[in-house]
Amino acid sequence: MQAIVNISLKEGVLDPQGRAISHSLNDLGFNEVSDVRVGKQILLEIDETDPARLRQRVARMCETLLSNTVIEDYSIDIPDEE
Amino acid sequence: MTLSALRVAIIVFPGSNCDRDMMVAIEQLTSRRPALVWHKEASLDPADLVIIPGGFSFGDYLRCGALAGRSPIMNAVLDHAARGGAVMGICNGFQVLTETGMVPGVLIRNAGLKFTCRNVRLQLCETLSSPFTAGLAMGEDLTIPVAHNEGNYFADDDELDRLEGNGQVAFRYVNGDAVGPANPNGASRDIAGVLSNNGRVLGMMPHPERAMSKLHGGTDGATFLLKSLEALVS
Repeated sequence: MQAIVNISLKEGVLDPQGRAISHSLNDLGFNEVSDVRVGKQILLEIDETDPARLRQRVARMCETLLSNTVIEDYSIDIPDEE
Repeated sequence: MTLSALRVAIIVFPGSNCDRDMMVAIEQLTSRRPALVWHKEASLDPADLVIIPGGFSFGDYLRCGALAGRSPIMNAVLDHAARGGAVMGICNGFQVLTETGMVPGVLIRNAGLKFTCRNVRLQLCETLSSPFTAGLAMGEDLTIPVAHNEGNYFADDDELDRLEGNGQVAFRYVNGDAVGPANPNGASRDIAGVLSNNGRVLGMMPHPERAMSKLHGGTDGATFLLKSLEALVS
């Protein structure tokens, strides 16, 4: 099964990269952009058929390695889950 | 104990690049060559100081220091620290220490989005008892170079208040004769180095091993390292 992990910076954590992208978009005429936050997406292929167990394992992976919970939030999406 | 009896171990990850410089620096001060310990090792010979050197461990993949922080050797380093052993993390080593939780906070991208490589002026802060600050005079300034892209120290305000209250802030960037703004990376409250809550673990962004001789442009790194080593001996 596939799991999709989305990692984003917590509110209040400075995102210099997002700010630079926001400025560039404004310079290109996209003046409606007021804020940009950059995150990352991690796609995992996992030998598991039970979505509940998969979600639990992936949450462990997020807590252990994939995200730094001091500054990042994560969410887990399992496309095959009904 | 004498300086030459001090057992120093330097951890080497794929992508570490200040391991040898640190080895030479320590040997220059103690006349004893530190052990270089590969990250795949699962155990650590008894050491009086473990150093996590600078570099780009695992190519900074995922987050700086994240993969190194979960290497097999780090369990042994965590055990060493849990027994009250001394640990120093420089630059990428500081990032590794934050990733393992051995020191609080996290190092994020420089506010200016640029890799910064230059001298900075550091001020020693009043700290809890620690071998890394014991030999230095309160308010003593040191000029030591930084070289990093992710040295912007971050923790939330409550945590920063707590660290300051506990005396866990070891060094701050201050104005000096260094070129450029005092704070090179946007670090919260100008923090350049922090201690663990028992004072035995130090993480700092500046590279003392790069300020060891007049040919380096300064010897404040040698002063800092020597005082730390002497405090560990006594």
